[in-house]
Parts: sequence; C-alpha cells; structure tokens
Amino acid sequence: MRVTGSQLVAEILLEHGVDTVFGYPGGTALNLYDTLYEYRDRIRHVLASHEQHAAHAADGYYRATGKTGVVFATSGPGATNLVTGIATAFMDSVPVVAITANVPDSLIGRDAFQEICITGVTMPITKHTFFVNDIKDLADALRNAFRIANSGRKGPVLVDITKDVTADIIDYKPEKPLELKPSPKFTEKEVQDVAAMINSAERPVIYFGGGVAASRAGKELNQLVETADIPATYTLMAAGIIGWENPKNLGLIGMHGSIAANKAVDRADLVIALGTRFSDRVALNPKKFAKKATKVQIDIDASEINKNVLVDYGVTADVREFLRALLPLIKKKDHKEWVSQATEWKRRSGDIKCQEAELHPSEIIHSVCDLTDKETIYVTDVGQHQMWAAQYLKHEKTENFITSGGLGTMGYGYGAAIGAQVGQPNKRVVHITGDGSFHMNLTEACTAVSNELPIITIIMNNQVLGMVYQWQTAFYGKRYSGTTPERKTNFPKLVEAFGGKGYSASTPQEFEEVFKKALEAKGPVWIDCAISREERVLPMIPAGKTVEDMIIG
Amino acid sequence: MDSKAVKKSIISILVRNEANVTTRVSSLFGRRGFNITSFTGCATNDPKISRITVAFEGTEQALHQILTQTAKLEDVIKIFAMDDNSIYRELLLMKVKTDKSERSAIMQIVEIYRGKIVDLSRDSLIIEMTGSPEKLDGFMDMMNCYDIAEVSRTGVTGMSRGLELEG
Repeated sequence: MRVTGSQLVAEILLEHGVDTVFGYPGGTALNLYDTLYEYRDRIRHVLASHEQHAAHAADGYYRATGKTGVVFATSGPGATNLVTGIATAFMDSVPVVAITANVPDSLIGRDAFQEICITGVTMPITKHTFFVNDIKDLADALRNAFRIANSGRKGPVLVDITKDVTADIIDYKPEKPLELKPSPKFTEKEVQDVAAMINSAERPVIYFGGGVAASRAGKELNQLVETADIPATYTLMAAGIIGWENPKNLGLIGMHGSIAANKAVDRADLVIALGTRFSDRVALNPKKFAKKATKVQIDIDASEINKNVLVDYGVTADVREFLRALLPLIKKKDHKEWVSQATEWKRRSGDIKCQEAELHPSEIIHSVCDLTDKETIYVTDVGQHQMWAAQYLKHEKTENFITSGGLGTMGYGYGAAIGAQVGQPNKRVVHITGDGSFHMNLTEACTAVSNELPIITIIMNNQVLGMVYQWQTAFYGKRYSGTTPERKTNFPKLVEAFGGKGYSASTPQEFEEVFKKALEAKGPVWIDCAISREERVLPMIPAGKTVEDMIIG
Repeated sequence: MDSKAVKKSIISILVRNEANVTTRVSSLFGRRGFNITSFTGCATNDPKISRITVAFEGTEQALHQILTQTAKLEDVIKIFAMDDNSIYRELLLMKVKTDKSERSAIMQIVEIYRGKIVDLSRDSLIIEMTGSPEKLDGFMDMMNCYDIAEVSRTGVTGMSRGLELEG
C-alpha cells in the first residue's frame, strides 16, 4: 500500500492500538492533521488549549487506562510547550509518545520560522528521541518509539518529523508491534538471599513505590504483606496498592508521610524497598534513613540501586517477576508485637485542622470519598492540596490516584484529568487543586466543555501559594515573598464564562450540597472551597532531617 | 559499595554510530555531574559502531552510576570499566619554542621517551608522542622547564589483552 508519511504515522498508531491522541495543530503539522481528519473515525483527536496540557492529558490517559499516551504538536513553540509535560512523564516513568512536526528538511538549521531543535531540547527528559528527515526511517522510528517507551522502566519518547517527510510517499505493510525488551534477569540465589532475610527479620517493613504500580505487582505485594505479616508504607507514586482499611497499611512515607510510616522505617531491622528510589522526599537524610535496618532494594532500573541511599543488598529485576519467584520461599510469620506497635503509631496521627476556618481540607476530602464510588479517579495538581489528597483520600486502586510526583508540576492536574476522563468515560473524575496550581491550567475548561467532560474540580482556595507560604511561615520568619497574590478571581463566574458550572462552598454542609449537584452535571464543574491560609500540611519532616525532627502539630 | 574512596577508571562504550550519539553520552555525563577527564571516540571496523573511551574519576558508587546510567541510553550497545591490565594509549603533539641552544637537549628527552620530531623550524619544533597517559604526563613534566607554545592530546583509548570478550 502506498501511503504518505502522515498516513504512515496514523497506520502505525493503529498498529499499536492507539485510538485516542491529544494535541494542537500548526503550520508544519498541517499534513499530519489532514491525515488525522481522514482517520477521524478510527483515531480520536482531543484538542487542548495549550500543548503542555495536551502532554499532561496523554500522561493522565496512560495512568488511567494503561495505554500509551500520544501527543501531537507543531514545530517551534508547539514543541517547546510540550517540554514540561514530557519532563513530568519522564520523572514519573510514564510511557508517552510525543510526535512533533518540524520545518522541511531544506530549511533545517537555518532558523526558519518556528524551527526548534526539539530533539536537542528534550534529550535530557526523554528515554530517546528520533529526528526523521527521510521517510525510509519513519516506520522504524515510530515502532521503536512505542517499544522504548514501554520497555523496562517506562518513559517518554519523542519523534520529530520534518514536514516534507509527512508528505512523501512510501510503501507500507502492517506489522505487529515490536517485542518489548526483556526484563533484567535475576538469579535463584538472589531470591533465596532475600527470602532468608525476610524469614529471619523481626521488625521488617516494606517500602514501595511506583515500580510496583508499573509492573502491576499489587497482588503479589499484598500476598507478601499478609504471608510474612509485614507492615507496608508507600511513596506518592504508589498510593492505593495496599487497601486503605488494611491495618498493616502505614500510609505515606517521607516529608509529609505518616508518623507510623516514618517511625516504623526508622525502627525496622529490615527494609524491603520495592520499585522505588529513596528519593529526597522519602529519605530526607540519606545517611540516617532506616539506620538500624538491613536495606534490600529491588528495582527494574539498575542505576537506581545504590543511587540515593546505599543498600545492603540490591537486585535488578521487575518487581512482579521477582515477587512471584520469592513468594513460595516466604514462611508464614506472625510479627504480632511489631505490627501492633506500628498500628499504635498509626492511631496517633489523626486529622489536623486549623481552628480559623469553617471548612477544612480533610473534611472536603472525606466528604468527596463518602459521596463517590470506589472507581472514582482522583487527579491532583501540586502543593498542599496534593499532600492532603495523598493523606486523606481512601486510596483503593493505584490507577485511580493521578499526581505529578517526581517533577512536582503545578498545572499538571487539569490536563491529566482531561486525559483520564477521555480514557475512562464511564468513571467519575475528580480534580483536586489549589488556587495557585489552578491558575496555571484553568484555560483547559474550554476543552472539558467542548468534549462534554464532567470533570469536577475542587479548588482548595486559601488565597495564597500554600506550600511555599507554609515554609515561609515555618522557616522564613513569615516573610511572605511572592506567595500572597491578592487575586480576585471569581471561579464560579469564570467557569460559567467558559460554559461550565460553578459553585462555591465555605462550610462542610455547603460543600456536600454543591458536590451532590456537581455529580449531576453534564460538563465540567468547579467548586471554589474557601479554606484558611493557615492550614498546614502535617506531619512534616524538614528536608535533610530525620523522623526525630518531625513537626506534628 | 564504597562511597568515599576516589579511583581512576577507563570506561569503554560501544555505541551505534547514529547522529548525536556523542551528544547523548556527553550530555548525560554533564547533567549527572560525572567527573570525566578525557573523552575520545571514532567509528570501529564496523562503520555502524563507534567506540568511545572515557577516563573517569570517582567513587565505586559513582562508577556504578556512570555505567548503569549510560547503559540505559538507547544507542549504547555495551559499556564496561576496563581493568588495570589493559593496554592504554594516547597521542600527544607538543610545540616548543626553541632555538639551536636547547634543541639537542630537547631531542635527547624526546628520544628517551621514544617520541618523534615531526616539524622543525628555526625557532620552534613539534613533538609527536604516543604512550600511556602516565608516560605522557611524565614527559610533559620533563618539558615544563622549556617554553611550551601549545599542547594537544587526544585523550586515552584502550583495549583489553587477549581474545577474551570484554565487559
């Protein structure tokens, strides 16, 4: 079959089961978009209002569906606008394929109109980049982009195609997607060694991260927790893998983690780190982290072993494959005293409320949980609201909590929520944000309106840039530099202007009433929630400190 | 794993000879803060494959990082730290300002180090020398008392002994 370069792009997307893409057109992308028009019955294109949010949407789409996110952009500013979205996906190991058009090959290197070397710009924030200026290389580049994005530790790949290639003609033969690279091999001895350490531990703790979600090892992890009777704590990237009601669920670890999680890791004699990298938000002081424990780390990425914290035993392996080999060797255990000690610590951390306001973040989140079902997808932006969401939501499924962990991208949420809702039209999507983050991405309301996406946005509005404000309160003598913008944005009116619905709430009763109304709406709804600027995210371990320095109230 | 003692290592990297591959490798070193003292590369007997040799200084933990992070690059086929027993060579060119008064003394040093004079004029000469980086360091040290106008060194390249496969 003779096809144009653009048709080849569409055909290869279909080979990989892609039926939804996000993006924004432009001059050099005209041929690609002409083809998307031709293929519109098979490939749905969701137009964002800004390429960054289109990239976040592709990212949110993957996190909600498990299907590779695809984003299109034109050359120059279109491509550079993708950068924050690609970097967010890179830091959280999300497979996104970004397809950009560039100026015709004859103009490359001449600073042509809207020419940017986007492969150079994105080199540090992708697993790989392809620059295609010859149609003979196009099919290989695209097929490999999908293979690389989904192999091993997942991540974004960018394919930049010159405009002439999108119009050139070539023969096309459908092919099956390329085999993913095999996961790293581990040895029987490694399995036995880890099993022996677990079987002989007295105060073991499992500390797990996004790798467990990525390798879909939730079932195996829970089996390990139950068989060996080990309490478990997780990073932001892995909320929901262990059930909320499970007494051995110690909650979030790290800077804003629970007292129980941080104490347990500090007192443990064995820490089993699964699919996680001891980041600086977890091991706030890498030299003192889990100082009494033998540390075992299992990760698919060899470069993560011993990167941030030196461990006693490291295995490079896919977490699920390793756990499957490990479980038969694990003895049924009862760590009664240790588990009850951990549960006792857990009891000590209740909701933290500031006395000034009538509506507290914890109440908002509890109310949302009560009024929605377990299939609800929660998407956050970044800041205080994100930490409250991580702490108070009753996470039951990891794919239902979508947040920017590694890069901490304010403005991530609305785009990601759009991606999640497009990918999961039958699930409820609740976007939890703050007034600071939301000002970065609220223009995407137009996308939610055009596509009739009933996303409910809860704005925790404290009138300040809360997380930085909290640090300025605690560590900078209340010198509120750049965090008190005195904005007068009327969110309900603003969303009405976009064509959506808006409400406001300043008491728990009001919130419950308007949230119920929001659940009935056909398109996007914003709920402006007045909270106090003095609400803090607690507990908190300051950067570089240990559990001994934890600020509790 | 040692995170304190600093050691020198020579690292060999076989890469696909694709556009930008040296940029990919060197940009990774830059952004991860790897301490590189030399970086050389050229196509091998197979024009599709290039070999990059890097001199690295760091702890065992840092060495593990550079090996595993670089191995993740799509165009890297193989990477390994070479052992002390391998053959290491480097080429040096040195231009020295000199007139006839010092010329024969310089030529004697060059001979001892088995170098060559490849250009000679009334007031300067160019020395070419190959050898291990340590030998070239020693030679440079010897020549320091003369009026060195320019030095150009290629950086180290290396190969392990015997037919045993590397890495």
